[in-house]
Amino acid sequence: MEVSRNWRLQSQRYRMEGLRCEQCGTVIFPARAHCPQCAGESFASLALRGLGEVYSFTQVHDAPAGFEHDAPFFLALVRLDEGPLVTAQLTDVERETVHIGMPVEMVTRKLREDGERGMLVYGYKFRPLLRQRRPDEAVALPARVRVPATEAVAA
Amino acid sequence: MRCTRAIAASWRCNNTALTMRDVFILGSGQTAVGEHWDLSLRQLARTAVSAALNAALPARPQALFVANMLAGQLSGQRQLGALLADYCGLRGIEAIRVEAAGASGGAALRQAYIAVASGVVDTALVLGVEKLTDKVGSSVAAALGSAADADWEAAHGATQPALAALIMQRYMHEQHLSLQQFAGFSVNAHSNGRTNPNAMFRNNLKAESFASAAMVAEPVNMFDTAPEADGAAALVLGAAHMLAPAAARIRVAASALCTDAFALADRADVLQLRAAQQSVQQAQAQASCGAADIDLFELHDGFTILAALALEAAGYAQPGSGWQLAHAGKIGLQGEIPISTFGGLKARGNPGGATGVYQAVEVEQQLRGAAGANQVQRARRGMLQGLGGNGATAVTHIFECLN
Repeated sequence: MEVSRNWRLQSQRYRMEGLRCEQCGTVIFPARAHCPQCAGESFASLALRGLGEVYSFTQVHDAPAGFEHDAPFFLALVRLDEGPLVTAQLTDVERETVHIGMPVEMVTRKLREDGERGMLVYGYKFRPLLRQRRPDEAVALPARVRVPATEAVAA
Repeated sequence: MRCTRAIAASWRCNNTALTMRDVFILGSGQTAVGEHWDLSLRQLARTAVSAALNAALPARPQALFVANMLAGQLSGQRQLGALLADYCGLRGIEAIRVEAAGASGGAALRQAYIAVASGVVDTALVLGVEKLTDKVGSSVAAALGSAADADWEAAHGATQPALAALIMQRYMHEQHLSLQQFAGFSVNAHSNGRTNPNAMFRNNLKAESFASAAMVAEPVNMFDTAPEADGAAALVLGAAHMLAPAAARIRVAASALCTDAFALADRADVLQLRAAQQSVQQAQAQASCGAADIDLFELHDGFTILAALALEAAGYAQPGSGWQLAHAGKIGLQGEIPISTFGGLKARGNPGGATGVYQAVEVEQQLRGAAGANQVQRARRGMLQGLGGNGATAVTHIFECLN
């Protein structure tokens, strides 16, 4: 992982800085040039809370180069409270407890290391949310991403 | 002699209607898929090209389109167009490489189709070649993972099996399924691979063994995923006047390539292959046919979940019910919609960028009635589909036999 490449993404990797489309209100993460909903090109910056729940997960046994020492590790799609779906690792979890619908929060962890002399790349992972959410954190999901009933039943 | 039969589909470009010519398959060739420790990338390529050129005689290709995914990373070799034109005895002709991850083969086929259909050339050679086994382990997994979004997926450790697993886990959750319910896809693939001399796996797979295999990325296990392998396949396309008088008339009836949100997390619905669905709709419109008119479907069964979703996207099952087709009565050689008729990616093997060209060669064999023990009876029209990066690219072709 190249230094400049990682540095360019620091506000997103470290602070989960996203965008809100000024035309239609869609929250976007990671940042992109066009709103996928309305093709708008004007955005306001938005710091995501880093709260959400597991939409899907896998335990990766065959790790790619740079992640061998972490295998097996958990990879997930996390549905953030603000709407976006994010690909990230889960940390501090056991196979017996991880499940679809599990509330999680963002933490900053080491993502990978490029050998003894290479870079250590840090970024977001998600861990189980152990505490109760404060009332102001309990945001309602926008209707567009409301979780289907089937998901609430299982898990 | 000139081509007189105008193609149904006409394209608009700069407000001018382009009349496209019919495109036919003049010949094909393939190597066995497997771990070819004794053969290099260029040797594999030459074997397949020689077979295809011999079958297409006396036609000679005027352009070469090479499908390849990873030679730059794994073999330190780029500019495959010039390299392989030179090595295969075609020095001087137009030649380029086409890359769209697992959809490379279909994408290169489409470039060759466009070249011939447009009239720019009369004959074009499509060559799919991949050499994966010179490297092993995590570096191959990382190279294959470069089909995913480097910044937002691979940087977090995502591999292609891991992303397929994220789709599958969610699908199983919503449909209340166990891994075992996908066994029929792999069992069918192995059953067909058993009689394909070019298949990597020629053994039966017992359904009861399926779910017990070692995990790659839960729930994707070793019997769920296709093996990476070396291989090369080639196809010569030509305009109608290039066909030998006695040759089988296998026409490329449709060619369509579509894209979806690149990262899995950005898809409108993680459980739908939108690009696959759109490319099938476009292809069937070009070929003036519907799902029921297709006699076999070579789909991208790199993972069983992709087989289920591809069947849904192509209209053979409702969303969420593609898994119900996973048994011989539905997808076997004599089933309602035969898939993976020579073993598919699962048993024939998955030589990356070459895979789509293997699919094309296999469909051509079916339509010529040259599939031997793997023959689908009365096969007149066959569809093939390649997926890149779990569906960010989807390319669908339909071949039909006019004899």
